[in-house]
Amino acid sequence: MSAKTLTIDGQMVSAGADESILQAAREAGIRIPTLCHLDGLSEMGACRLCLVEVVGTSKLQPACHTSVAEGMEVRTDTERLRAHRRAIVELIFAERNHVCAVCVASGHCELQNLAAAVGMTHVRYEYLAPSCAVDISHARFGIDHNRCVLCTRCVRACDEVEGVHTWDIAGRGTESRLITDLHVPWGEAASCTSCGKCLLACPTGAIFHRGSTVAELEHEPTRIAAIVAARSERW
Amino acid sequence: MADKLRLATVWLGGCSGCHMSLLDMDEWLIDLAAVADLVYSPIADHKHYPKNVDLVLVEGAVATNEHLELARKVRQRSRLVVALGDCAVTGNVTAMRNPLGAAATVLQQVYITHGDPRGVLPDDPDIVPRLLDTVVPLHATITVDLFLPGCPPSAPAIRALIEALLKGETPPAASRFG
Amino acid sequence: MDLTELHGIAERERARRKAIRIHCCTSLGCHASGALELQRRLEAAVEAAGRADTVEVVGVGCIGFCGHGPLVSVEPSGLLFERVTPEQAPDIVAALDGGPCAAQRGDPNHPFFSRQLLVVRRNGGRIDPERIEEYIAAGGYQALYDVLHDQSPAEVIDAITRSGLRGRGGAGYPTGLKWATVAKSKGAPQGAPRKFVVCNGDEGDPGAFMDRSILESDPHLVLEGMSIAAYAVGADQGFLYVRGEYPLAIQRLSKAITQARKHGLLGSQIFDTAFDFKVEIRVGAGAFVCGEETALIASIEGRRGQPRPRPPYPAERGLWGCPTLINNVETFANIAPIISRGADWYAGIGTAKSRGTKVFALAGKIRNTGLIEVPMGITLREIVEELGGGTADGSPVKAVQTGGPSGGCIPASLFDTPVDYESLAAVGSIMGSGGMVVMDDATSMVEIARFYMEFCMDESCGKCVPCRVGTVQMHHLLDRICNGEATPAEIVQLEELCQLVRETSLCGLGQSAPNPVLSTLRYFRDEYEERLRHEALAEEAP
Repeated sequence: MSAKTLTIDGQMVSAGADESILQAAREAGIRIPTLCHLDGLSEMGACRLCLVEVVGTSKLQPACHTSVAEGMEVRTDTERLRAHRRAIVELIFAERNHVCAVCVASGHCELQNLAAAVGMTHVRYEYLAPSCAVDISHARFGIDHNRCVLCTRCVRACDEVEGVHTWDIAGRGTESRLITDLHVPWGEAASCTSCGKCLLACPTGAIFHRGSTVAELEHEPTRIAAIVAARSERW
Repeated sequence: MADKLRLATVWLGGCSGCHMSLLDMDEWLIDLAAVADLVYSPIADHKHYPKNVDLVLVEGAVATNEHLELARKVRQRSRLVVALGDCAVTGNVTAMRNPLGAAATVLQQVYITHGDPRGVLPDDPDIVPRLLDTVVPLHATITVDLFLPGCPPSAPAIRALIEALLKGETPPAASRFG
Repeated sequence: MDLTELHGIAERERARRKAIRIHCCTSLGCHASGALELQRRLEAAVEAAGRADTVEVVGVGCIGFCGHGPLVSVEPSGLLFERVTPEQAPDIVAALDGGPCAAQRGDPNHPFFSRQLLVVRRNGGRIDPERIEEYIAAGGYQALYDVLHDQSPAEVIDAITRSGLRGRGGAGYPTGLKWATVAKSKGAPQGAPRKFVVCNGDEGDPGAFMDRSILESDPHLVLEGMSIAAYAVGADQGFLYVRGEYPLAIQRLSKAITQARKHGLLGSQIFDTAFDFKVEIRVGAGAFVCGEETALIASIEGRRGQPRPRPPYPAERGLWGCPTLINNVETFANIAPIISRGADWYAGIGTAKSRGTKVFALAGKIRNTGLIEVPMGITLREIVEELGGGTADGSPVKAVQTGGPSGGCIPASLFDTPVDYESLAAVGSIMGSGGMVVMDDATSMVEIARFYMEFCMDESCGKCVPCRVGTVQMHHLLDRICNGEATPAEIVQLEELCQLVRETSLCGLGQSAPNPVLSTLRYFRDEYEERLRHEALAEEAP
């Protein structure tokens, strides 16, 4: 395999000929924000966060889906790109009902991290506040469409890794929704093997383990007695 | 002391958790009191929002007509407005009623449909503030100068912000949501 | 099928024809205003007048003057009748000899007709699109015969390149270059090397109906163009992707494909050569984005119609990973004329960078609504004022919108702009596929911008974030401006969003969605500002 030499943010980088700008940048320790990219899955080029400037072309290129080329000069962190990334993350936050405070993924959520990484202090756009369903018909997992960012990582993980293709998308535009099988409740989706790869692939709290949400918290009043006993012994 | 910072804190549509965080600054509050006067706050007894406030920390989203009026007054009478915590910055939990529909629908759901026992719709605008149809973050109603997210923002984060402002420096970059 | 047979069909058809042909337009516009009933009545009237031996009534494709339909024309006299009712049928037959007629006479020498230059629409309104014999009698399939017997694929591509033809779908990519790329493409390393030719008939711009009319009026012209393209690039299978909203076009294409197959003009060993080519129709399900070539490919493959990033371009990796040539209906319709009359003839029409003719659908507040084919380089003023006749009620024309939701509004002050790819781009619009919507001074440009944004918002496939959410936010801001709720800061925010969506969207739909806003802001900013909320917000600092 031949190698290519290119410049990323002024740094000379060597990369395999079939590598993407994203791969080359990561190997060189240059971070480019991503959301729909997940190592091991095919590239979507959908979130547009990894757009970079390539000298000689006026169009911004998705780093995940653009091959390296000899002598290529890439800029990943210009003022224009920073502004665009911040705006894109704001658009995502405005689209559904992302309430970090009550989310199972808070603290280990890629969207939450992205907001901090791109310096999003607040959302300038109007929150669309759509009415979204929560499907907990599956015995082990649930999906909260309020938190879905339509990155399709679950769709691709299910299709390309598990080889099942339980997940897909129905509808279009901002009405797009993840569906299981032919739009049946997840628990009735016969193709689902309950492998949980979608859950691992989900960047946010959209797909979660049953029992981990606040609403599903099971109260155990008997534990109170144990706590009281423990306190009285200590104090 | 005339050149003490005129500090205010405001509680709009929020759970007061951000004010709890404020109180969590513990003994530093005593240091703060040496350089700042608390001229308006839910934790002090002030009836009216005063004029010439230097710095105001606003907790909570704008959810009622009363919030809206207060927010506008706050903007008029304050030099630096800080949105304190996720409700003020994003709407957060307070705004979770938005997908349910307009104010009338929400009240109907809460007091009648799911009321147990079945209640009556509150209807005394002089006593109970009127709900806005949509809960919005503070910056959707007035110009906000600084944002401090967090649910709640931690006491050290609030302290870092105030300390920086006292020194005339740019506050550290905002921490994460949630 | 060989050349003798082809000429035999043409001769038999010419011999069969009667001296006088009454052409009754049966394209969708006239169809909708009762042309089929009119055609029946005309036939009955000819019969009743005892003139069936010398007069025939022929259902033809689009005559073009759609706003004045149903249209009837007579050959060889050239008489034209407009807005004909079925009751007027006997009158028209009686008037064949020059008698008085109750039906409204049209002027075949009106600038609407005389200023046109017909290349792709030359058979429109002259032949019965449902009979291959008529197409052959008009010289059809001769060009295909010629290239299969006398020209190498490279020579065909060279002719198309020299003609200067550019893609008529809107972007204006040089057709010859595209063909050459597909011809040179080797395809995927594994599997049988195969190539495809796809005709994009997913015309979806509001106010555009050029491709529908071509497909309805002259389906064989498109099939012949596709066949020549397939020979040139080395493909053996073609797909005609037509939107489901065009039932008549689909019906006529199916008929045309069956006829062509029956005559050996599609299938194996066409004209006794080694060239095989089959064509299938694929019907779109109503998504505008499927006009984008990578989404169209996904749709043909049976997948969700969503674009994917390019490169690789379809010319390299298209249908099922194979090199695929995708051209628009009008582009294919230009091919046979270029082959028959020569690249130099074609290159002699139009301007230096935009050769040939372009079909436009004139719609909106215009007196002469319909379909025109004009040489490139004609000015907007000539189109709007001379061919179009200005507005219906004589009020001033304010602007013309070209290029549909991807295009822009050009103000009347710039009507001397020549219609070519570069000039339209320079004034902030695009050539587009040929929709031309005329607006008068009662039209609010902010509402126009909102209309197009609503269209893009509804048609966004939802794959990439900027288009999916950005169009909703832009529409929201336009809505607020229209309702008088917006502040000056919101216009700034709208402009920032335009920039974002344009620069970061995945496909052309999103990248061009801001164009109607940007062009109306550029030329009609005062209309935006007039609608701003005037009372100042009570939030000045103390």
